Formats: sequence, structure tokens, C-alpha cells
Amino acid sequence: MDQFFFAAEVVANGLMTGVMYSLVALGFVLIFKASGVFNYAQGVLALFAALTLVGIQQGQIPFADLINAAFGTSLHQFGWTVPAVLAIALTAGVMVLLAFLIEKLVLQHLVGQEPIILFMATIGLAYFLEGLGDVMWGADIKTLDVGLPQGISDAIEGATAEWFGYGFFIDRLDIWATLIAAILVAALVAFAQYTKQGRAMRAVADDHQAALSVGISLRFIWVMVWSIAGFVALVAGIMWGTKSGVQFSLSLIALKALPVLMLGGFTSIPGAIVGGLIIGVGEKLFEFFIGPMVGGATENWFAYVLALVFLVFRPQGLFGERIIERV
Amino acid sequence: MIYREAGDFKTSYRDDGQTFPIRLDRWGYYAVLAVAFGIIPFLINDYWASAVFVPLLIYAIAALGLNILTGYAGQVSLGTGGFMAVGAYSVYKLMTAFPEISIVIHILLAGGITALVGVLFGLPSLRIKGFYLAVATLAAQFFLVWLFNKVPWFYNYSASGQINAPERTLLGHAVTGPATSAPAKYLICLVFAFVLAWVARNLTRGTLGRKWMAIRDMDIAAEIIGVNPLTAKLSAFAVSSFFVGIAGALLFAVYLGAAEVGEAFGINKSFLVLFMIIIGGLGSIFGSFAGAAFMVLLPVLLKNVLVGSFGWPTNLAAHIELMIVGALIVFFLIVEPHGLARLWALTKEKLRLWPFPH
Repeated sequence: MDQFFFAAEVVANGLMTGVMYSLVALGFVLIFKASGVFNYAQGVLALFAALTLVGIQQGQIPFADLINAAFGTSLHQFGWTVPAVLAIALTAGVMVLLAFLIEKLVLQHLVGQEPIILFMATIGLAYFLEGLGDVMWGADIKTLDVGLPQGISDAIEGATAEWFGYGFFIDRLDIWATLIAAILVAALVAFAQYTKQGRAMRAVADDHQAALSVGISLRFIWVMVWSIAGFVALVAGIMWGTKSGVQFSLSLIALKALPVLMLGGFTSIPGAIVGGLIIGVGEKLFEFFIGPMVGGATENWFAYVLALVFLVFRPQGLFGERIIERV
Repeated sequence: MIYREAGDFKTSYRDDGQTFPIRLDRWGYYAVLAVAFGIIPFLINDYWASAVFVPLLIYAIAALGLNILTGYAGQVSLGTGGFMAVGAYSVYKLMTAFPEISIVIHILLAGGITALVGVLFGLPSLRIKGFYLAVATLAAQFFLVWLFNKVPWFYNYSASGQINAPERTLLGHAVTGPATSAPAKYLICLVFAFVLAWVARNLTRGTLGRKWMAIRDMDIAAEIIGVNPLTAKLSAFAVSSFFVGIAGALLFAVYLGAAEVGEAFGINKSFLVLFMIIIGGLGSIFGSFAGAAFMVLLPVLLKNVLVGSFGWPTNLAAHIELMIVGALIVFFLIVEPHGLARLWALTKEKLRLWPFPH
């Protein structure tokens, strides 16, 4: 019986991790749908957003190390701190600016190139942003605190202990993250479905040429989509950053989101969510049951192998559009 | 004026089909070989061997391998690091299990083992295409690295989890282990790189290479004209993995000497080799070497300039180096998506008409 409750707890935690994966995968799907770019830089965007947020919040001087090295000064702090809400708003502004610059400097010049070239460009972009984030804000591990509650939820532990005689350990941060992610997903779906810009975005996703011919500005849509992806990255960065500190490994969540995408299909928003949940639960359960037998740390590859096996049977993913090839 | 086909008469089909149809190119090629085999081994010192030439040659082999798979057969792979790890661990197990057999045979066998693993992970490519396949190859990367980390048999139950190359000699000279001299390291890598490049060139212009290119250009159309996608794709995976495995074996045994799998063969290695072939040029032998040279030399150069000349702290320089590498990759893709090989080809086209371009 205990084994069952352990497993149930693992599933609950897996679901919540899955929501976080979905959140990152969503950023990928949005950009892929609207511009056909497979954006490897999504994870680094999250890292960059989290670094910027911490930097603004704590009043760090951007490029302090560079300035110090070049001019021999020793600047580090402005000497003020910025409230969390304002800092988040400012960071969102930075992400929009970044989206604009990426469109202007990179994507605009690569229109009509092959997908693999665009993909490589985003890897280049990822390297650049990683370096930029470190040069701007320093490479040390930072703690991010925007006032989200943390620690084990006593209420849930108490309630479950009363019902089942076994207290579930669930992090309050995970619950909040799940809630926020759910709200964000709902908002994005509503945005895509019911607003003018959202409809324009879907039109671009369907057919670039046709969208252009009815007067939709591709450039505006691309900047918008990258801004939204930047914002999603910011939210993901806040969640993961609060959980495990802002450091380089944050950008690796992009690698976790890739199998989610494969499973759900690159073009499907519901796919990203369902895929995230499957992988979140799957890898936790696998680690729980099989992990101890093979030496643990199976989370590194389980998601990929699951997605790989799955794809062999359904090459377009769960919800992806059917791939039709013509000669 | 002298870079012309004119006056260089071909009297047989064999002459007509040669790799370098222009005389000056041919001479240039022989001159490069003469310098590489005849002059550099006598001048090379430890710094030049370990910072420039040995990594350049090893990565050139890896880039050749990936170029066969991605550039010629059109199957994008992000599992290069994992396959290099297979090569490295195979050669380690072989070296320690059969110390009396020549290291060259071990390295070739390591390539063979990697080829088998490559075929295994290449099987899904028959169903999965494009980005889905690229991401699927990441499964190989993560699974293999995890495997070599978690199964102690692969690193002979050493306490540190590292593998260390024991000393092995070839023709009386140490080629692996700490006592290896710079010329020995350089020469063994050079011989492998030269032979493999020759093999790659001749494979890619024969039947097999044409099948690969047909699959790359459009696999359904290729199937209709009678190319068997099963053999074409799997042979591409096998040959490519063979090259990559040898590169991994050399990287571990000759260059690093000791390796920890996550650090030496992580996902970054996969991207590094992918960058090499993109910057060098997809589907080009010369491009594999050019890309490897670019990606090996750039960090050395930047480090020398930023740390050596400006005196900036190394960690800051490392971050700026990341920025510059990233920016350069984007810049290259915008200016010349077909890489250095295309730039070189354009230069040659211009040279043929020079000095009267019209």
C-alpha cells in the first residue's frame, strides 16, 4: 500500500514538472508555428530573462566586469533594489526589445533559407545570448526570489495524512507554478483564438504567402511571436530560477522540452501540454521503478528514448499535422 | 593567368574524372601534403601540437564523418558526441584487454564498433525525418553518455570514473600515454586524417555517394528511381559513425589521454562538430577541414588576443568568446549559408577568369 502512495506522490510531482516542461515547449511551438523556425535558443532565452530579472532586481550594473576590465574601475552595484513587480515588467520590456533585435538583425536576413540553416542560426543565437547574459550580469549562481511561496505545503500534507494515512510531500512552488502555467496556457489559447493579432498569427502559421496577400505584416507577427516566446521564457525562467537558482543549467531545460515537442508534435499547442505531462510523469515513474535497478539518473535520457520509440509508430507526434510528402 | 584548364590535356577517362582537374590545384594539393608530412613533423612542438594541429586533425575526421551523414545523405544528427564516446570507450576497452595488439588495429576496431552502434541508432531514420530525426539522435547522445557513466565495466571499475590511456607504441615510438612526443601525436592523427579523407572523397563520388545524395535531395524520388533507402541511409550512418568513432578514439587515446564522458563527449561536442560542417560547408570534403580549422583556431586566437594582449580575466574572455562564436555563426549563415567551401569555390571561379573577367 505504501508503494502505491509513493507512486501516487511521484505521479503528482511528475505532473507538476510536466507542466513546467510544457511551458518551455509552448515557446517552441509558438515560434515554430508562426515562422517555421525551430528555436533552439528558447532555453537560453529563459536563462537570459532570469539573469536580467535578478540583475534589475538587485540593481547590478550591466557589463560591470567588462567595464572594470577595460577601464580599471571597480563598479558592481547601483546601490538600489527594484521591487519584484516592476523588475518583471522591465524584464518583459527587455525581452520585447530582444525580440525586435533578433527579428531585425537575424531573421530578416534569413527569410526563405532552409529550416536547418535557421535552426543553426538559433544555436548561434543561443551561444551569443549565453555569453551576453554572463558578460552583462556575471556568471555566478544567483538566487531568484520574486515572492513566490516555497517549501513543503503543510496543508496538503496534513489533508492527505488525514484521508489516506500517508502525507504527500508537495512543494508549494510547484503548485503555484502549475497554476501560473495553466493560466498562461489558457491566456495564450484565448489570445490565439479570439483576438485580431491572434488570428493574424494563426493565418501566418497556416500560410505565409496567403497571409501576406491579405495584408498581414509578417515582420510584426514575427516580432510579436518572439516577444510572446520571450515572455513565456521569462515565466519559465522565474519558476525554474526560483526552484534551483539562476545558473547555466537553466538553459538546459530547452533540451528537456525537445522530447516533449517530439511527442506532442511541433505544431500543436495542446500537444505541447499533453506531451509535457506524459514526459513529466513518465520519467519520474521510470526513475522510481526502474531507476534503482540500473543506477539512477535515468531522467537524462528517458524522455528522449520514450519519444523516439513513440515516433517510430507515429512520426508526426501525437497531435502534429499529418506529414504528406509529394514528389 | 596560370589557373586554367587550358593546355592541361586529358587523354583518358581516368584523367578526366580526377579530383583536381586543374594543374595548379593538383600542385597545391601535393605541396600541402609535402609540408604536412615532410616539414611540420620536424618543426612541431608541444604547444602547436596540443593547441592547434592535433585537435584540428581529429575534429576534421569527426567533421568528415558528420558531413557524410548530414551533408551527403541529408540526415541531421546531434549524436556526434555520443558516438565519439563509443569510439573512445571501445578503444579503451580494447587497449586494456589486448595490450599486445597494435593500437592502429584497436582504433580501426573502435571505428567498427561505433559503426554498429550508429546503425542501431540510425534505424529510426527510416521512419522519422527532418527535425524529428535530429531530436531523436539526441536520444543516442544522452543515452550513451549515461551508459558510460553508470556502467562501471566500461571504465574498468576505476574509482574516479575516468578512463586513462595506457602507453602504446607504434614502430618503436610511443603514440599514446603521457610520454608521447609532439611529432608522434601529430603524425598518427595526420595519417588517419589523410587516409580517411581519401576514402571519404572516393566513397562520395562513387555509387554509394550518389545514392546518399539522391536520398538527401528527395528520398521518395530517390526510392522511385531505384535507390534502396534502407541500405543508403544505414550505410550513411555506418560510414559516418566509423569516422566519428575513430575521431573519438584518437581524441581520447592520443589527444586527451584521460577522459570523463560527460565532460569530454557531452552535447557541446555534438554542436561543435555540427558548427564545423555548417561553417565549412555541407557536402564538401574541403569544407570539413576548413570548418574544423575555423572552430579550432578561433578560440585559440581569441584567447591570445583577449587574455594575452588585453590582459582581461580568463572567465570574462571565455564569455566574450562565446558571444563572438555565436555572432560569427549567425553572421556566416547570413552572408554565406553554404560555408567556407562555397567561398573557396567562388574564389576559384573568379581566379579562372582573372585578370579578364568578361
